[in-house]
Amino acid sequence: MNIGRDLESLRGSAPETTRTGALLGVGLMSGYSLYESPVGEVAVAFNIHGVAAVELAEQDLETRLEQRLGQAVVAAEPPPNWGDGINRAIELGRPGGLPLDFRRLTAFQRDVLQLTATIPSGEVRPYGWLAAQVGNPGAVRAVGSTMARNPVPLIVPCHRVVRSDGLIGNYSLGGPDRKWQLLTHEGAEPEKLELLASRGIRYVGSDTTKIFCHPSCRAARRITTAHRVEFRTSGNAHDAGYRECLVCRP
Amino acid sequence: MDQLRLRLARDLDAHFPELVESMRHDLFNGLRRLHPNDAEDLTQEALIRAYRALCQYEPKRIRELNLRGWMWTIALNLGRNHARDRARRPLPAELHDTHPVMDPEPADSEAWQRRLNALGANQRRAVVLRHVAGLGYGEIAEATGRPEGTVKADVHRGLERLKTILEGES
Repeated sequence: MNIGRDLESLRGSAPETTRTGALLGVGLMSGYSLYESPVGEVAVAFNIHGVAAVELAEQDLETRLEQRLGQAVVAAEPPPNWGDGINRAIELGRPGGLPLDFRRLTAFQRDVLQLTATIPSGEVRPYGWLAAQVGNPGAVRAVGSTMARNPVPLIVPCHRVVRSDGLIGNYSLGGPDRKWQLLTHEGAEPEKLELLASRGIRYVGSDTTKIFCHPSCRAARRITTAHRVEFRTSGNAHDAGYRECLVCRP
Repeated sequence: MDQLRLRLARDLDAHFPELVESMRHDLFNGLRRLHPNDAEDLTQEALIRAYRALCQYEPKRIRELNLRGWMWTIALNLGRNHARDRARRPLPAELHDTHPVMDPEPADSEAWQRRLNALGANQRRAVVLRHVAGLGYGEIAEATGRPEGTVKADVHRGLERLKTILEGES
């Protein structure tokens, strides 16, 4: 009778979750989960700090996530209180109270993305507006590259940021077609916006209130055709005695 | 383990996965005998706590750690608190039954569990750490905070007791 050896024979392998769970729990690994979105199925990656990435759930998903996050990923359920938040954030196109992991971004990039998150559904703002609002009007290109590198598209709605010439422009989550698709889905009418832009119109105002807006501002859309005035620059609007809309702050 | 200590002291994030890989099977096997329903969660949680503690330690302290003994101090404490919490507010019965089936267990696994449960707490812990988790006496002393001589006696008496139980079965 060798009891010691009998006890040793009781040894087995620990389930894989003891490895992934521990590494997820300390932030050395990210989990991801799949969600439905207006542009198809997407993977949302998260870690202990918050949601860290959104990618289209297409070929080589895990490789792409790992490259972007710089660490291994595993399919996993997000913390229970985040799951609903992620669904809601994707549906509404804003983070709400969902924690986002922006640790790899600069302070400027965080500011820009936080401001982007405030653009209402169905509306768009130009790069130049974001640059001016974060206090750096010359940083239009930096705003553009921040949008291109937005780690959490859909949740931080960079699809609502358009070129300063008014054209809809490119989109990191699958190209310009998807950006159109999203804006159309939200009722932003991108073809009308581009038509206006092609005529050089950047702002519209109401001759009854003497207030001017971004064309997609919900206040601007209530202006009836008879009272609608178009402007090429904010200077023109000011010269005509108009003031900025307090909602869209053109 | 000696080399791993040095690597952890140098770069915790880069080498922590090695600690996980080298410890998780021992932790799980031992914890399964001490807390049969919660070994998976306790293993994960012990490793997470270890990481958080290591984040706070000076490299010198990490280099001097008795890694396995120290890991087991954390695991045993967690198990003890967990058992106490559970006794205070027991989970609904159906949750106890939903544990995933692990490896194909040796046929007499349950019989051994019953025999181990018949030991006193100190003897059971010492026997499990020595013969299931594979710790040395020094490491068990570190993990349990009991003198090495006492630990040796616990293992010895535990094995004697198991022998008596086995003889009683045949």
